[in-house]
Amino acid sequence: MNYLMRRLSTFPLVLLGVSIVVFVAIRMVPGDSITAMLGTEAGLLTPAQRDSLAAYFGIDQPWFIQYGRWLLGILHGNLGISVTYGRPVLDVILERFPLTLELALLSMIIALAVGVPAGVFAATHNEKPSDLVVRVVAMIGQSTPNFVLALLIIYALSAGFGVLPAMGQFAPLWQDPLRNLSQLILPAITLGFAFAASVTRISRSAMLDVLSDDYVRTARSKGASARSVIWRHALPNALIPVVTLSGIEFGYLLGGAVIVEQIYALPGLGRMVLDAILQRDYALVQGSVLFIAFNFMIVNLLVDLAYVALDPRIRLGER
Amino acid sequence: MGQHLTRKLLSGITLAAMLGVATISTQANAATLHMAWAQDATGLDPHKQTAFSSLRLLELIYEPLVRVDASLQIVPAIATSWEFSKDGKALTFKLDPKAKFQGGAAVTSADVKASFERILDEKTSAAARANFLSIASIDTPDPATVVFHLSQPDVPILTAMSDVNAAIVPASEIKAGTIGTAAIGSGPFKLDKWDPNAKEVLSANKDWAGGPTGVDGIEISVLPDETAILAALRTKQIDFALLNDPLVATLVPKEASLQLNRVPVLSYHVLQLNPSRKPMTELKVRQAISCAIDRQEVLDTASLGEGKVTGPLTIPAMATDPSQLFCYKRDVEKAKALMKEAGYADGFSATVIGATGEPPTAAAEAQVIQSQLAEIGVKLDIKMMELNVYVDAWLKGDFDMAIALNGGRADPYTMYNRYWTKAGNLQKVANYIDDTLDSQMQRGRAETDPAKRKVIFAEFEKHLAEVSPWIWLYTSYSYTAQQKNVAGFVPTPTGTLFSLGKVTIGQ
Repeated sequence: MNYLMRRLSTFPLVLLGVSIVVFVAIRMVPGDSITAMLGTEAGLLTPAQRDSLAAYFGIDQPWFIQYGRWLLGILHGNLGISVTYGRPVLDVILERFPLTLELALLSMIIALAVGVPAGVFAATHNEKPSDLVVRVVAMIGQSTPNFVLALLIIYALSAGFGVLPAMGQFAPLWQDPLRNLSQLILPAITLGFAFAASVTRISRSAMLDVLSDDYVRTARSKGASARSVIWRHALPNALIPVVTLSGIEFGYLLGGAVIVEQIYALPGLGRMVLDAILQRDYALVQGSVLFIAFNFMIVNLLVDLAYVALDPRIRLGER
Repeated sequence: MGQHLTRKLLSGITLAAMLGVATISTQANAATLHMAWAQDATGLDPHKQTAFSSLRLLELIYEPLVRVDASLQIVPAIATSWEFSKDGKALTFKLDPKAKFQGGAAVTSADVKASFERILDEKTSAAARANFLSIASIDTPDPATVVFHLSQPDVPILTAMSDVNAAIVPASEIKAGTIGTAAIGSGPFKLDKWDPNAKEVLSANKDWAGGPTGVDGIEISVLPDETAILAALRTKQIDFALLNDPLVATLVPKEASLQLNRVPVLSYHVLQLNPSRKPMTELKVRQAISCAIDRQEVLDTASLGEGKVTGPLTIPAMATDPSQLFCYKRDVEKAKALMKEAGYADGFSATVIGATGEPPTAAAEAQVIQSQLAEIGVKLDIKMMELNVYVDAWLKGDFDMAIALNGGRADPYTMYNRYWTKAGNLQKVANYIDDTLDSQMQRGRAETDPAKRKVIFAEFEKHLAEVSPWIWLYTSYSYTAQQKNVAGFVPTPTGTLFSLGKVTIGQ
C-alpha cells in the first residue's frame, strides 16, 4: 500500500513534465491552426482577419499565458475544447478510447495465446528442427512491418475472396458485438502477429534459462512429471520478462496503433491524435498525449504489481 | 417421391431466401449512397473552409447564388437570373421563390445581404473576402431581388459568387452565431451527423428547390488509405469514392464491376521559381529553366501520363495551345546559351521544396525536374516537408523553388489576381510583377465582352509564360470511382460532387 501510494504520488509530477514537453513541442512545429485550416489560402487573409482567427483558435496570447490557462483548466478537470470537433477534448478522447483499448486487449490476448505456448514448445524442443521452424516464423513475424501485413490481408480478402469487414461503418462493442468483433479481428491479428513473435522469442529464451536452474533440476529429481515441471515450476518464473515486454507493448498499443487504425479506417485514438497533429488542434493533441502518458504509467504500475504475484521473492518498496 | 418433394421444397425455400435477400439489399442500396473519401472536411463554416475536402462536403449542404456547370458556364442556383447594368457597376439577382433553408424558412434577399456582409466583415475571416472588395453596397428592393452596387466594373465577381465560400446562409443563424456549429443551408442534403475523420451521414432535403434527389441519403466513410478504398469498392461495400492518387485510380478500370470517372481539372502542377532570389532574379535564368524542362516527361514519369501539359490558363475555353507558348518544346542548347548569357555558364545550386503526399506526385515531380535541370548545371536539392510546414514556408515566400499544386477558378481573373496584380495578396509568394501583367489583369477584369476578354487573357498567358516566374507543368484529372449501377454523376473540371444530388442507384 505504502509502495502504491508512493508510486501514485509521482504521477502528477510526470504528467506535468509531459504536458510541458508536448505543449512546447507542438508549438515549435512550423505552421499553426490557421494555416492548417486554410492551407495556402491563409495568405489571402488581411492582418485583421488573421487576428480574429488567432483569437478564435486561442493562439493570440504568448505561450506561457496559453499554457497557464490550459493548466488551470486541467486542475478544474477541463482539458479544453477541440477546435476540429467543437467539443470538449475529454469527451472526444473517451469516445475514441474504447476501440483502441479493445484492439490492444485483443492483440495482447492473441500474442500471449500464441506466443507463450510457442515459446515453451521451442524451448523444450531446443535445437530440434521444430524449434528452428518456430524461431524462423517468429523472426519473420518480428521483421514484417504491420502495414505490409495489413495491406496483404486487405488485398487478399478483397481481390481474392471479395469480402472485407465493413470498413468505415464501425459498430461499437455494446451495440453489435458480433459485427464489432468481425471488424476488429483482422486489425488485432495484424498487430498481434509481430507482438506474438516477440513474445515467442522472449518466452523461449526465458524458458531455456529457467530450465537450467537448480530448482527445476530439484523438481525433476523429486520425480515431478515433465509437464508439471514445465508449466507449474518453470513457467511462472519464465513469465517475468514476458510480462515486462507485454506491459511495454500494451502501453504502446494504448497510445493508438496509428498505422493499423489508418489502414483499417478504425476511429481509434491513434488516428485521432495523428489528425489532431496534422490539423494543429493543440488542445486535442495536448489532452490526448497526457491521456496516453497516464495510461502508460498505469500499465507500468500493473506490470510491477504482476512481478510480485509471479515471483514471491520480489518485494516491492523494500530497500 | 418423398425425397423429391423435400428437395423441391428445400430449393424453393433457398430461392425464396435468396430473393428475400436480394430485395432487402436492393432496397437498402436504393435508399442510401455509400461513399468513401480519404480526407475529411475540417469544419462546417462555408465561409471559412478552403480545403478541397471541406468544399466537397459543404457544397452538398449549402448553395451559392450561382454555380458553374461541367462546361464552366454560369448556371442558376439560388438565383434564377442575373444581370449587369450597362456600366458594369450594378449586378442584380432574382432569387428562386422555391429556395428554402433546411430549417424550413424561405431564402430571401435579406439572407443574401447578411451572408455577403458576413463575408466582407474582417472579423469573420472569410476566405473569399478579397474577391468581393468591389461591393460598395447591397440593396434588397424586395424579398426576391438583390442588387450589388460595385465601386468599379467587375465581371469576374460573378464567378467568385459561384463558390461555396460565397454560400448563402440564413441571416437568423448568423445573428445567433451558430454558423459552423449547425450546418443549415439550402442544398440537396442535410447533415444529420458528423463524426470528424470517421463518418458523415447526410439525408435528402425534401424542400430542395432543385427537386427530389435520386437517393434518400448519403453515408460517407473516411477511409484514409486509398488502397483500402479500392478494396471496399471491390467488395461492394461502397458505391462511390473520391480518389486522389493516380496510382490507385488507374487500377479501377481493371475491375469489371467498377467505373472510373476521369475529368481534367482546373488546378495545375507548377514549379514556382522565386524571382526575388538570386539567380532567379535574372529573366534569362528563369527562361533557361523553362527551356530545360520537358513537361511531358515530368507528367509521364511522375503521374503515369495521367494529365495534360498546360500553360498558365487551364480553363478550356480560354487556354492557348501550349505549343504556341515560350519554350514549351524542350531545348537544352537554348537553355545552356541563356545560362551563359546570364553569366551562369557553370550553373548554380538551389533548393526546391515540396509537400509530402500533397499532391501524391510531388516527390516524383521534384526528382524528374532535378535530373532535367542537372543537364544545364543546376544542382537541385529536394526538401520534402509535412503539408503545414510547407504551407508556412510557402506563404513566407521562403523558398528558391517550390513544387505546388495550385487551385484553379472558372475565371482567369479570380484565379490569378492574387499572384499577378500589384495589389494581389499572394504577391509576396509570387514575388514577381511587371506593368504588363498588372494592366492586362485590370483590363480583363473590367471588360464585359467575352471575345475581347479572351484576347486580353491570351496575351496575358503568352507574356506570363515568356517571363517565366513559374514553370507551368500540367493539369491532372480528378477521379471518382463508382459501381456500374450508379447513374447520373457528372464529373466537372472544378471537381465538384454537386451532381450527387441527382445520382440514382440501379439494380
